[in-house]
Amino acid sequence: MKELLTCEGLTKSYQKGTNALDNIELHIGFGRIVGLLGPNGSGKTTLIKLANGLLQPTAGSIRIAGMDPGPDTKAIVSYLPDAAWLPDWMRVEQLVEMFRDFYADFDPAKANEMLEKLELSPKAPLKSLSKGNKEKVQLILAMSRNARLYLLDEPIGGVDPAARDYILNTILTNYSRDASVIISTHLIEDVEPVLDEAVFLKNGRIFAHRSVDELRETEGMSVDAYFREVFKC
Amino acid sequence: MGERFDMSRPIYAQIVERLKAKILAGIYPPGGHLDSVRDMAAAAGVNPNTMQRALAQLEAEGLVYTERTTGRFVTEDTALLEQLRDETARAMTAEYLEKMRGIGYGPAEAAKLMTGWEKKESD
Repeated sequence: MKELLTCEGLTKSYQKGTNALDNIELHIGFGRIVGLLGPNGSGKTTLIKLANGLLQPTAGSIRIAGMDPGPDTKAIVSYLPDAAWLPDWMRVEQLVEMFRDFYADFDPAKANEMLEKLELSPKAPLKSLSKGNKEKVQLILAMSRNARLYLLDEPIGGVDPAARDYILNTILTNYSRDASVIISTHLIEDVEPVLDEAVFLKNGRIFAHRSVDELRETEGMSVDAYFREVFKC
Repeated sequence: MGERFDMSRPIYAQIVERLKAKILAGIYPPGGHLDSVRDMAAAAGVNPNTMQRALAQLEAEGLVYTERTTGRFVTEDTALLEQLRDETARAMTAEYLEKMRGIGYGPAEAAKLMTGWEKKESD
């Protein structure tokens, strides 16, 4: 098996006549860190939800390590949604326990180390934390799994720059040849040093899928500058 | 996090330049052991595949080599290092003289300015 994520003719329509995703062909291999880039409404979250089986394709297919999204893929995919979803009456340490129960690949020691580094108290009830700190907890839980595919939907949008650096560094130190990370974001400047590849979504279609260093070489500009040019309003 | 890069140029090429400078400066001495790709990537704040590509280029140029079991080392070929030092010095001098030309200084005037520079500056 040489691909971790395969989309063929993938189409999703929420409303007759308009496609949120339109005939997507996408192939992501192992050991890659991929930016899923596009303006609001371009289909980033729809694609990630399809990969998690939270939505069903209208046409075409999406497979993870050759499997249709389902319980088997959930065991190897670590998903960070773009919205708060954890029960906020729970204390941080209870959330760590919950993840340990749910996922065989969850590493509580890793989670506790990151919580300590980011000065998040395990005793704190989630609801007592600020919005940014809640997001950090969610991200720590997602990154503490030894998954094959990490699907991170806007992982750094709400957190401060210092935590952002720490999180990106965590993604780098967590790197494995057997696993890939897909990061959806519009904060391109922050993520671009860590990326291998960038997938640009425009109106539900793949506008470009390129190696970021190749893009810098041929366009003579940063991924961020390229994005601004492609999506100029 | 890590180092700052010019994002309008390929990062791997910038890493190659910086590693060469560190080798010439002796920060990575001849025969010295290099950290793993993953650690070097995390320290620089870049993708491991990008670091791998930079190291592969240094390897192709003979500046580093890989021992199957013990990792990656800086070359002990001092003649090659001297050649690199010379090439780098020439390139930097050309760049400097180009800038001097921009303010109307020729090579002779630049050389005159440089003679005894260190002594004068420490006065």
